[in-house]
Amino acid sequence: MFIYILRRILYAVPILIGVNLITFMLFFMVNSPDDMARVQLGAKQVTPQMIEAWKVERGYDKPLFYNAEASGVEKVTKTLFVQESSKLFRFDFGRSDANRDIKEDIKARMGPSLAIALPTFLIALVTNISLALLLVLFRGTVLDTTAMVIAVMIMSVSGLFYIIAGQVLFSKIWHWVPISGYAEGWEGIRFIILPVLIGVFSGLGSGVRWYRSIFLEQINQDYVRTARAKGLSEVRVLFSHVLKNGMLPILTGVVVIIPSLFMGSLIMESFFGIPGLGSYTIDAIHAQDFAIVKAMVFLGSVLYIVGLILTDISYTLFDPRVKL
Amino acid sequence: MRIVRAVNHYIVWCLFLSFAYGGLWNMPYEKGESATNTLFSTFSVAPKHLDPVRSYSANEWAIIGQIYEPPLQYNYVDRPYRLEPLTLMRMPEVTYLDENGTLCDENSTRVAYSRYHLQLRPDIRYQDHPAFVKHSDGTLYYGKLQPSLLSSISSVWDLPKRASREVRAEDYAYAIKRMAVRAYHSPVLDTMRPYIVGLDSFSKQISQIAQIKHQAHRPLDLRAYTIEGVKVTGKRSLEITIHGKYPQFLYWLAMNFFAPIPWEADLFYQQEGLRAKNISLDTSPVGSGPYYLALSDPNRKMILKRNRHFHTEYYPGMEKTELNRLPFIDRVVYTLEKESIPMWNKFLQGYYDASGISSEAFDQAVEIGSSGSMGLSDTMKRKGIRMIGSVEPSIFYMAFNMEDPVVGGYSESAKKLRQAISIVQDQEEYISIFMNERGVAAQGPIPPGIFGYVLGEAGTNRVVYDWVNGKRVRKSLAYAKRLLAEAGYPDGIDPQTKKRLKLYYDTTATGPDDRALMDWRRKQFAKLGIDLVIRATDYNRFQDKVRRGKVQIFSWGWNADYPDPENFLFLLYGGNAVVDTGGAGINSSNYKNPVFDRLFEEVKSMENTPQRAKKIVRMVHIAQEDAPWVWGVYPKSLVLVHHWFTQVLPHAMANNTLKYKCIDPKERVAKQQMWNQPVYLPLLIIGGAILLLGWWLYKLYEKRQRRTIRERR
Repeated sequence: MFIYILRRILYAVPILIGVNLITFMLFFMVNSPDDMARVQLGAKQVTPQMIEAWKVERGYDKPLFYNAEASGVEKVTKTLFVQESSKLFRFDFGRSDANRDIKEDIKARMGPSLAIALPTFLIALVTNISLALLLVLFRGTVLDTTAMVIAVMIMSVSGLFYIIAGQVLFSKIWHWVPISGYAEGWEGIRFIILPVLIGVFSGLGSGVRWYRSIFLEQINQDYVRTARAKGLSEVRVLFSHVLKNGMLPILTGVVVIIPSLFMGSLIMESFFGIPGLGSYTIDAIHAQDFAIVKAMVFLGSVLYIVGLILTDISYTLFDPRVKL
Repeated sequence: MRIVRAVNHYIVWCLFLSFAYGGLWNMPYEKGESATNTLFSTFSVAPKHLDPVRSYSANEWAIIGQIYEPPLQYNYVDRPYRLEPLTLMRMPEVTYLDENGTLCDENSTRVAYSRYHLQLRPDIRYQDHPAFVKHSDGTLYYGKLQPSLLSSISSVWDLPKRASREVRAEDYAYAIKRMAVRAYHSPVLDTMRPYIVGLDSFSKQISQIAQIKHQAHRPLDLRAYTIEGVKVTGKRSLEITIHGKYPQFLYWLAMNFFAPIPWEADLFYQQEGLRAKNISLDTSPVGSGPYYLALSDPNRKMILKRNRHFHTEYYPGMEKTELNRLPFIDRVVYTLEKESIPMWNKFLQGYYDASGISSEAFDQAVEIGSSGSMGLSDTMKRKGIRMIGSVEPSIFYMAFNMEDPVVGGYSESAKKLRQAISIVQDQEEYISIFMNERGVAAQGPIPPGIFGYVLGEAGTNRVVYDWVNGKRVRKSLAYAKRLLAEAGYPDGIDPQTKKRLKLYYDTTATGPDDRALMDWRRKQFAKLGIDLVIRATDYNRFQDKVRRGKVQIFSWGWNADYPDPENFLFLLYGGNAVVDTGGAGINSSNYKNPVFDRLFEEVKSMENTPQRAKKIVRMVHIAQEDAPWVWGVYPKSLVLVHHWFTQVLPHAMANNTLKYKCIDPKERVAKQQMWNQPVYLPLLIIGGAILLLGWWLYKLYEKRQRRTIRERR
């Protein structure tokens, strides 16, 4: 397994270089360092001297991919792309264009993002699987049909509607929870109840339908018939046999998400005043803060690759036939 | 039995929640926090720079304006806006010098320099801060923070020792020296360089030194350097010498760029370990104002607390008693609210003391009368909410590029074309449709409240309006069409192409929400038979096109830095033309009229006298006649405040107004209790429904299990 993981990590290097290359190209296709300087300096009258000083300080005075003025290998190494990319591979994210330490910002914002994303993920997982199993238990009945119609209805409505409706209903009309806000520790629980509830509910439709289809594929298998023939109750059959065998496709979709939970949710965090990572990248794009954009794209790519590796590893835990 | 137990648990949990947080479940603050003398406010964009030398955004000034104290401030109640001493004993004394440094008369043509004498009050002290703690030899106690100590702190307030000291004249000089360092990116350095004597050469020299020190990882102590025109003449006295006469310099002295910076704080924050933790002057200010920043989390919350060393100051015009001593509020909590809907709802719940009015909430909050007058809706009145409105010292306008061969130029025909277009732009309709009546149709470049603005008939733009029965009436479409025909475009037909004249409007309005506005713009031009082509682009490209003069018509705006007509008229001064200055100028329409420019040169350094007013009126008339802009709108700001939040006066220039405002926390708590009692019934219904569903499913499952067994038999 160690060799496999090492190989996957080595494969990741060219992928990350490629992602970085695309990020650089796309960003600088739309924004020039002069534009970035103007936005960051934020003054009404930005003079050429101010722009030049800002570019020199941030290293944006260097050419992007090819330095014609340098000699030898430095034609490539003394460029913005190589110098900034090499820092990223050392996980040195540097300072944002607004002069804040990016690593420190990410550390500070990761917690609040997880505070919402993790409970939402776990509760949604348990709820969706449980409801899907329940519907499989009552498959073909009025309950199953009604639940599927409701699931489609839930899927059809925009997530933003649930957020606004949830805030109006639970906070404005019934006064049950704060409409938005965030606090550390136990004090913060009352702030995360509503976003978690809405997060779970808005994903209920698609989640239940997906898990139900996975379990329905299993329900007519021979091993299920054998289990029933042994006299096991339907609940036992579902939880001990169908669930276990349905885990493989579930893991494919679920484990890959886990590392990305750190990245937060843009709309949810924005509406509930959660100081997480959800809006960090979008805000940076609006502010033309390339230092943050490249760091977050790189981090996102790394987390996705980690998620894929974890998925592969998790297969070995649930299916003894899989060897890495 | 199990069901009964579950119901019991459910009820106990509900009761627990109702007693926690004083009975209010939706309270977004800690228990009892609402009952303290705290103002609860919001910010929608995280402040990036709290360093006074760098900061130049309204959202940042709203915070640092309460912390830093420049030498002057605006009187809170007097209108028109009036400057008064803040940390000075009296207003700066100005002496005028000739080229040889000899005193001369203010009105003499020999005036080469103006010297401002600043005398500080003796009772100005900084807030408590770790940077002021010193060893017996005068070196900073926390000047070299060890990694072990650094690892245990997340803000400056985690350092146990704090001290304060008196504000000295050298701190004001230090702030100006910091402004000169290029690496600190002061937005006003290039504005001040031509004025403050020696600042230009000092900036070049110190910027190089700063770069060398930075590369060598050594701190930059600016005490060792001096600017020729900034002289500390005593512990509490300072002289600033500027080139020529520049009366507006006093307004700059009321801005945070000129607030004192203690050298201790500058050196303290230059430690790399602190910078790595995002602890710097940009995040943790050190000032002498009524408040200090107790929590700096720009992504969530900023908390200001009363500075116990704040000097004696009383509410203007009131008796000098302890009751009227500033500040009135002990603590301010600013919470980041990116979305307007939750912010508005929290305001209605009484959890925020004041709010702006977003477009979503406008109909709920405001009622427009048949005469166009604005008033609060009954719902707001019932809650005791007050509306505070004022016209801002700003202008939004539509500019013609005067370098453009079609709409630009100074020929009679070009002028008439622009005048005809100006007439058909129905600004009143625009204000009604797109601004919810929150604006006033502009008559010229100078907005109300600024010296040089003329009310009524005399202030009416005669090119666009007639004065009929005591009212402004926009000139008729027929008149505009006649002007257009005289300009050489009868019925909007271009004689060269024999087709409808095609004009181009550059804009950054690219979203679906902007479609209605662009349709409206096209409609205005279509009244004259002109086709308007919208060229939507991103902000970077748009700015670039304006800088290079590659636009024809576009919209722009300006918000005053200080309440002087010079700050608006310079937008039309030929010397500031954006193309001629390589993009650095502020005159984006590239308007150049020699008479206007000559008058501008005269009025810019004049005091506010009747002579100055007369010249300004002439300048405005010239600009109205030339019509380089469609004068657009002076926006109105509307703020809603709860009745427990008092002494709130609109002031578009001052940033340090928090100290004058008052809160009645008892009344606030009473209203919060009244408006936010939890509604229990749905909770019981939902809980009951879940239990019922569970019970039904259980029964269904049992029945199904039994049926299977019977079938097997």
